Amino acid sequence: MPNNLVHGVTLPESESKHTLAESEKNWRRYFTFNTDHKVIGVQYLVTAFTFFLIGGLLAMIVRAELITPASDLVDRPFYNSLFTIHGTVMIFLWIIPSIAGLSNYVVPLAIGAKDMAFPKLNAIGFWLVPVGGIVLISSFFLPGGAAQAGWWNYPPLSLQNPSGNIINGELFWILSIVILGISSIMTAVNFVTTIVWLRAPGMTYFRLPILVWATLTAQLMQLIYLPALTGVALMLLADLTLGANFFRPTAQGDPVLYQHLFWFYSHPTVYVWVLPIFGIFSEIIPAFTRNPLFGYRSVALATISFVPITGFVWAHHMFASGTPEWLRILFMFSTELVAIPTGIKVFAWTATIWKSKLHLETPMLFAMGGVMMFLFAGITGVMLGAMPFDLHVNNTYFIVGHFHYIVYNTITMALFGGIYYWFPKISGRMYLEGLGKLHFWLTFIGANLCFFPMFPLGLQGMVRRISSYDPQYVDWNILASLGSFLLGVSILPFIANIAFSWLQGKKATKNPWLATGLEWTTSSPPPKENFEEIPVVDFPPYDYGRDKYSHPHLANR
Amino acid sequence: MENSTPDIQRIKDESPFNLPKLRKYFPAWLRNFLPIGGGHHHREEEKTLFGFLAFLISESFIFAVFIISYIALRATAETWIPPGVKGPEMSAQTLLSSIILLSSSIVIYFAERALKKRKIARFRLLWLMTVLMGAFFLYAEVKEWLGNDFSPSTGLLGSTYYLLTGFHGLHVAVGIILLTAMLIRSFIPRIYQKGHYGVTAISLFWHFVDVLWIVLFSLIYLWRG
Repeated sequence: MPNNLVHGVTLPESESKHTLAESEKNWRRYFTFNTDHKVIGVQYLVTAFTFFLIGGLLAMIVRAELITPASDLVDRPFYNSLFTIHGTVMIFLWIIPSIAGLSNYVVPLAIGAKDMAFPKLNAIGFWLVPVGGIVLISSFFLPGGAAQAGWWNYPPLSLQNPSGNIINGELFWILSIVILGISSIMTAVNFVTTIVWLRAPGMTYFRLPILVWATLTAQLMQLIYLPALTGVALMLLADLTLGANFFRPTAQGDPVLYQHLFWFYSHPTVYVWVLPIFGIFSEIIPAFTRNPLFGYRSVALATISFVPITGFVWAHHMFASGTPEWLRILFMFSTELVAIPTGIKVFAWTATIWKSKLHLETPMLFAMGGVMMFLFAGITGVMLGAMPFDLHVNNTYFIVGHFHYIVYNTITMALFGGIYYWFPKISGRMYLEGLGKLHFWLTFIGANLCFFPMFPLGLQGMVRRISSYDPQYVDWNILASLGSFLLGVSILPFIANIAFSWLQGKKATKNPWLATGLEWTTSSPPPKENFEEIPVVDFPPYDYGRDKYSHPHLANR
Repeated sequence: MENSTPDIQRIKDESPFNLPKLRKYFPAWLRNFLPIGGGHHHREEEKTLFGFLAFLISESFIFAVFIISYIALRATAETWIPPGVKGPEMSAQTLLSSIILLSSSIVIYFAERALKKRKIARFRLLWLMTVLMGAFFLYAEVKEWLGNDFSPSTGLLGSTYYLLTGFHGLHVAVGIILLTAMLIRSFIPRIYQKGHYGVTAISLFWHFVDVLWIVLFSLIYLWRG
C-alpha cells in the first residue's frame, strides 16, 4: 500500500503551491462574476452576513422599543416595517443564502467534484441575492416606508397600501421575494444535479456525508415547494397592481387561500434551513468525538424522509384561521410525525458523543450548544403542534420564542460552528481559538437571555407584533432586550477574529481537525479544480476510530 | 462505467441501489438519468437534461398552484361570471389556435427525429413550422384578450383567466424565443454533430407547454356551470 493512501483516498504527492499563491493574491475575484464554486460560496457567506448585521440592527431597534411598555421610541408604522423587514431579511437574506454559501463551498468538495454542475447558473443565482436584498432594504426610503404586514404578509392587510402610491413598500417586498425565489430555484436545480451526477467514483449514496444528504433533501424541497411561494407572490402582485381579486374578500376573493399556499412553502422551508444545519452537526460532532456517526443509515434515511412528510404539515399554521375541524386534527397528527425523523437524529448525535473524549474547540462548542438549544426548540415545537395548546398560545410571544430558538439558537449558532469548522479550508489559515470561545459564550448567554423570556411572556398572554404592552410584562421584556444587545456585542469578536485570521492567522494544514471527508484531502484552500487528481472512494463515511488517527492529540496539532 | 476498477465493482455490487436484478429491470433511460455508483463521466448532455428536467418539475409546481387556486376559487364562488359580462367564449378561433398549438407538438417530434437522422434541412423546415404555429397561437390569444369584455379586475373570473392564460402565454413566448435561438444555432457548421441536447431540452419544454394548455383549455372553456 503506497504511503500516500489515507482512508483509502489517494492524496496528491505534492500540493499545488503555484495555484495556491496565485489565488491567494487575487482577492479581487470576490467582487467579480466568478464561476468557481469556492469563490461563490465565500461571496454568498459575506453577502449573507452583511444582511445579517442589517437584520440584527433592525431587531435591536425593535427590542429597544420594547424595553418600556409605552410606544415611545419609534412611531407605530415604522415599528411594523421594522419587524417585517427584520423577519424577511433574516430568512431570505441571511439563513437561506448563508446555507447556500456553505453548501456551495463544501458540497462539491465533499463529493469529490471539480465544481457545481452549472457554474454560470450558480453565479447568476448568487448575484440575484444582492439585487433582491437591495430592492428590499431600499423600500425603507420610499414614501410610506417599507412593507408593514409581517414576513408572512397576509392579505387583506398587505393589500391596504397606506401610502396610496403605485410604487410602495409592499410592491418592493413582493418583487424582492420573487427575485430571491428565482435565485433559490436556480440554486436548487444546480445542487440536485451536482449531487446526482458529479460524485467521485465509488461515492455511492450511502457513502455521502450527512451534510450532502441534507443538502440534497433541502434542495429537492426548494425545487418542489418554493414555486408555491413564487406563485402566490405573483398572485399578490396582481392583486396589488392590476386590481385582481384573488385575495380580496370584498370581491369574493379568499384570503385563507393565501395562507394555504404561503404555508405550503413556508413551513417546509423551515426544514430547508434546518436540515443542512443537522448536516453541519453531523460533520462536526464525529470529528470532535473521534467516533463514527451513530446510525449513519438511519440518519440519512430520516433526512430524505422530510421531502414527503413536510408536504402534509402546512395547515398547523392555520389552526386559528377557520380551518375545518377534520383538517386540523389531520394536520396535528402529520405535524407530530415530524418529531420521529428529528428524534432519530438527536439520538444519533447523543449516541455519538456517548462515552467519547470530547475535544471542545470552537466548532464543537457551537455544535453542542446548537443541539442543546434545538431540544428546547423541538420540544416547544411538539407543544405547538398540538392543536389545543396552539390555540391557547396563538399569536403570543410563545411562538416568537419557539421560532427564534430554531432560527437563532439552533440555525445561526450552527452556522457559526460551520464557519469556524471550514474556515481553515476556506482561508487556508487558522482562526483564533480564544476569540472563538468568547464568541460562543457571548452568543450562548445572549441568545438564551434574549429568547427564553419569550416563553413565559407568551404563556402569560403577551401578544406579538405590537409596540406597546401591559406594564405587567415589563420585567421579562427588559431581560429579553438586554439579551438582544448582548447578541449584538457577541458579533464583534467574530468579525475581529475572521478579519484578523484571514489576513494574519497561522497557516492551516490540509486537515487541521484530522477529519474524514474528501474536502480534507485537498490543500487548504483547494486549488482551482479542487483536486489534483480525482479521488476514488472506497471507505465508509465518518471512518473514525479505527486507524492511527483514532486518538489524536488535537492540542499538539 | 469505464473506470471500473475491481474495487469499485465490489462497491457497486454491495450497494443496495446496485443489485444486479434491479439494474436488469431498470429501464435504460432511468439508469441514464440517475447515475448510481457515482463517477466522473463525460455525459454532459444527460447532466444538462437532468438539470432541465428538474427545472421543469419546479415550473410545473407554479402552474399547479395557479390551477389549484382556480379550481378552489371557482368551486366555492357564488357567482363566477359577473352579471353583464359574457365571459370567455370558445370561439372557432380559440379552437383553431388550440388545435394548431397541440399539433405543433407532433411537428416538433418529427423535427427532432429528422435531426437524429442528420437530415438538417428537414429539421430546419419542421422547426420553423413549430415556431410559426406557436406564433399563431400567441397572436390568436392576444386577439382574444383584446376582444374580451372583462379585465383582470373583473371579479374572480377576470383575475384567474388572465393569470392562467397570461402565464401560459409567457411560456409560449419564451418557447418561441428558445426555438428561434436553436434554429439560428443550427447554421453554425457541425454544431449538432456531437449531440443535440439543447434541441431535446427545448422540445421537452414545448411538449410541457402544450400539455399544460390541454389542462387550462378544459378548465377555462369546457368547465360549465
